[in-house]
Order: sequence, then structure tokens, then C-alpha cells
Amino acid sequence: MFENLLINYEEAAAIILFGIGFTMLLFHQNLIKKLIGMNIMDTGVFLFLASMGYIEGRKPPIIVDGVTDPARYINPVPAGLVLTGIVVSVSVTAIMLSLTIRLYKRYHTLNLDEIYTLSVHSMEDR
Amino acid sequence: MDIIRNFPMMTVILSLFSGSLCFVLKGRTARYYTLFYEVFLLIVCSAILWYTVTTGTAVTYPMGEFPAPWGNELRAGILEALLAVLFMVIMIVSLLAGYRYIDTDLDESKVNLYYAILNLMTASLMAILWTNDLFSGYVFLEILTLTSCGSLIVREIGRTTLAAVRYMILNLLGSGLFLLGVVLLYDLTGHLLMVPMQETIAEMAQDPRMFMALTLSTGVLTIGLSIKSGLFPFHFWMPDSYSWSTPTSASILSSLVSKAYILLLIKIYYRAIGLDVFEQMPIREILLVLGIAGMIVGSLQAMHADNINRMVAFSSAAQVGYIFMGMGIGGIAGYTAAIFHIMAHAVTKSMLFLTTPRLAEVSDNSLLFKKLEASALRNRDAGLAFLVGSLSMIGIPLFAGFTSKLQFALAGVESGSHVKLVAVMLALAASSLLNAVYFMRTLIRIYSDPRGTVSKANIRQHHRPLYNIPMVVLGGLNLFLGLFSWVAINLITQGLKMFG
Repeated sequence: MFENLLINYEEAAAIILFGIGFTMLLFHQNLIKKLIGMNIMDTGVFLFLASMGYIEGRKPPIIVDGVTDPARYINPVPAGLVLTGIVVSVSVTAIMLSLTIRLYKRYHTLNLDEIYTLSVHSMEDR
Repeated sequence: MDIIRNFPMMTVILSLFSGSLCFVLKGRTARYYTLFYEVFLLIVCSAILWYTVTTGTAVTYPMGEFPAPWGNELRAGILEALLAVLFMVIMIVSLLAGYRYIDTDLDESKVNLYYAILNLMTASLMAILWTNDLFSGYVFLEILTLTSCGSLIVREIGRTTLAAVRYMILNLLGSGLFLLGVVLLYDLTGHLLMVPMQETIAEMAQDPRMFMALTLSTGVLTIGLSIKSGLFPFHFWMPDSYSWSTPTSASILSSLVSKAYILLLIKIYYRAIGLDVFEQMPIREILLVLGIAGMIVGSLQAMHADNINRMVAFSSAAQVGYIFMGMGIGGIAGYTAAIFHIMAHAVTKSMLFLTTPRLAEVSDNSLLFKKLEASALRNRDAGLAFLVGSLSMIGIPLFAGFTSKLQFALAGVESGSHVKLVAVMLALAASSLLNAVYFMRTLIRIYSDPRGTVSKANIRQHHRPLYNIPMVVLGGLNLFLGLFSWVAINLITQGLKMFG
């Protein structure tokens, strides 16, 4: 079993990164650390995709010397997916950071538990 | 009729365009434009529904005209078109009934941004309904998450921001898992389009090791989408997000957004994995158990809420449990019940969320139960709407809620397993009882006037006939789904057959 992990070390690393990020996003109370966790989690998935799309010894699928045999090139789709994923991840990070700034301005702390206590006591109930 | 092929793509592109347009329009103009545009979309979606029902074929739009295994497709069958029509009706109604709260809850300079967000949300809802490709599904899922977060934070009080942050964190966990699941499935099958993926999976599932890998990937994907749709035990973000947002957002988030995730999941089970393969996986039983647990826990938490919106929100969590129970029962009957419940719940929950602010208006702007005493007497129209919604939630015959519970029971009988049948029946009985307890208690509270505060003068003051039109539409739909449920059920069954 461990041999398989060693052969597919990139995938194994990707899943470990995903796990680290997921746990950080779930359990850390600090908003910025949560965001860092989210980015690590996404990076894990992108590493998985990128390593899966790459085949050693092959070239990117751009025809320059007239070779059209698909066996000479790598699959371009995973790279496209990674690119799309990065765009999504950047926009999500941006909106989360702006929300964090808004919460920090109001409650002067980044700890979610403290923010929750403060917001319940401020009683903005309708 | 070739032009109808382009309609699914048109709904997405035009909504994206309308979203950008609303950024530059003034608040009031943006509102009229959005209303007009959504009525237009309703007509377009009805045309797609009419076409698919009369011809009995699905509409497929290959993007960039690349054929199947390579391209990226949108596909509209009967089921998708039916749900698109319902989604548009709920959108229009939520907007009509809630726009004056949008005007008061939001800063004047930001009203147009709200409509921009609504249009982008429509685009992603439509794309999730039509998509035939897992990765496009992921992209629009993220757009839907971002826009729903946007629709929460437009009301700038501390609690909505906090609720939005929690909503986002949970949703990001869900999206991360969903993305990982999609990538794993892509790794295993080499396809992102659902139909070729299903063909490959059907072959791969013969090999036990591959079947294990497939189960794992499907499991990851399922956890992701169930976190996003608020299945127990991931439902705790619901009450805060729904209670503090502006009523239009609460109505759309609870009845459309969280259901869109479930629809995507059903679509993946049916079209990407194949129901035959999926039903062999142990995931189904877990969904059944979690669904039943959600039904009971959601209702128990609703009983302990001190605020009417929190109660309705926890009841939403319980209803998500019902839907997952239907998927857990499995088979055509189970999925039909689940989808019928999505429709019944959308009609009922939007009615409740659009009514509670009107009850609060006549009770010192408070949603707390103790202030809401006799509010239905002060505003009789809102009281009646709340009554209809509550009766449907409890499952009184004539209303949609009753038919959907009946469908779940029938699906339990058809499942052929005694354990499942007993579990489903007990869960339905317990949950209906709990529903009856807390909705009846609320009804008694809002209709009784122990302190004699209501006089004729303050009743007349709150009588606004124009705001009742949306409620009449929702109530009518509710009765229609209750009395003529066979129409919807026939369409759903045909749609599911077209899926497979």
C-alpha cells in the first residue's frame, strides 16, 4: 500500500494538503487563518489536477513542427480546469477578506467566537 | 422550432448581461428592469417546458458546437424546464412581495447592486439546472455561493455579516469537497460530461477495486453538496442566515438556492454515475439515516426557537431532511417524492418567509414570539397567508405538504424493504407531529389576543390589498400542487425517465 503512495507521491501530497486546509478552515477560530486554510485546500486540489494532467516526456499540445499524433502531447483540459479553479478561488478569497474587514471594523477582533458573543449581546434584534 | 435549442444558453447569458446592466442603472429602474426581465425569463422557460413536453425530447445545446465527449453541454429536459418555471415564479413573487423591505433595509445607493446580485443568482440557478457537465456545475455553484452571500450582506447590520461569514465558511468547505469529488471522478473516468462519464462508470463498476474508488469519490462529492444544502448535521448556519437577511433573500435562499444544490446532486446520481451503480453504493443508506435525523432534530430545534424566523428556518432544515430521506429511499418513487417535496417546500417556505416581516411590522418590528401575540388579528391578510403556509407544512390534506408526505410514504412502501418502510413511516409520523406542535402553537399565539389590544382602527391601517397578490399566487400554487398533484408528478416521472 505504501508503495502506491510513494509512486503517486504528488497525489498523496495533494490530499494531505487538502486535509490540512480543510481542518484549518473548519476548526480555526481566527478568520484570516481560516482563509489561509481555504487557499491551502484549493491548492491541494489544483496540485492534484495539474499532476494528473502531466505525463512525463510529453509536450504541451501546441503544434509547432507539424506533429499531430495525440500520443506526443499531454491533455490540456486539466490545466484549463486549474486556471478556472484559481479564478474562482481568488474571487472567493477577495469577498471573504472584504467581509473580514467589515467584521473587524465593527467588533475589533478576528476571533469568530468573540464576534459571535459580541453580536448576540449587541441585540440588533428586530 | 430550431430556435428553442438556444433558449437554455440564452437564459444564462442574458441573466449575466442583466446583472452587469443593473450595476449602472439607478435603484428604481433596476427594480423595474429586473421584474420585467424575470417575467420574460418565465415565458422563455415555459416555452422550453412546452417544447419538451409536446415533443418528448430534451433540448441540448453543445457550446461552441463541439460534439459530445469533448464539448461542454447544456441540456433541458422536462424536469429541468418544470423546475426552471417554478424557480422563476418564486423569484418574481419574492421580488414583488419583498421590494419595499429591500428599499428600507438597504442603503439607497446600494439598491441597484442588490438587483445585480439577483440577476447573477438567476444566471447561476439556470446554469445549474441546465448543466450537463460537472465542471461547469462547479463554477456556477461557486457563483451561486458568492451571490447568495452577497444577498445576505447587503443588509448592513453586524449579525448579517457574521451570518454571511459563517454561511461562506460552510459553503467553502462544501465547494472544496465537491471540487475534489469532481476531480477524482474525472481522474477515474477521463470525462466531465455526464453521459460519457456514466457509460465509463457502468463498465468500471464491475471491478470491485474500481467500485471502491468510485464510491469514495461519490461520497466526497455527496458530503460537499449536502453541507451546502444544509443536511443535518451541517444545518446550523441556516437560522442566522435566514433570520437576519432581507425577506426576499430569505425566501430565495431557503426555497431555491439550497434546493439547487440538491437538484445538482440528484442529476449527478442519475446522469453521471447512473442510478443502477449508485444504488449499490452504501451512500444511500447514510443519506436515509441523516435525512431522518435532520427531520427530527430540525423540528426539535424549531420548537425551542424564540423568534418566528428562526423557527421557520429550522423547519427548513427539517424539510431538507425530508428530501434527503426521499433520495435515501431511492428508486423512481423516492426521487419523485424528493423532487415533489422540493417544489412543495419552495412554494410553502417562500410564503412563510415573505409573511413573517408583515406580522413583525404590526408588532413593534419584532420577530420575537412574545411581541407577535395577536399580530394576525392586526394584519389579517398576513395572518391568513401564514395560516395557509403552516397548514401545508403540517401536512393537512388539500395542501401541497400533504401530497408530498403521501409520496414519501408510497415510496417507502415501494422500496420493498421492511426496515426502510418502518423507518420512513415512523419518521413521517414523528416529524408531522412535531411540525403540528410548533406551527399550531405559533398560530394560536398570533391569533389569540389575551390582552385585548386589537381594535378596529388599527386593523384597517394595515390593509394593503396590492401586497396580497404574490400571496394569492403562492397559495394558489400550493393548492394546485395539493389538489392536482398528478400533473406535477406525471411531469416529474417523465422528466426522471428522460434523465436516465
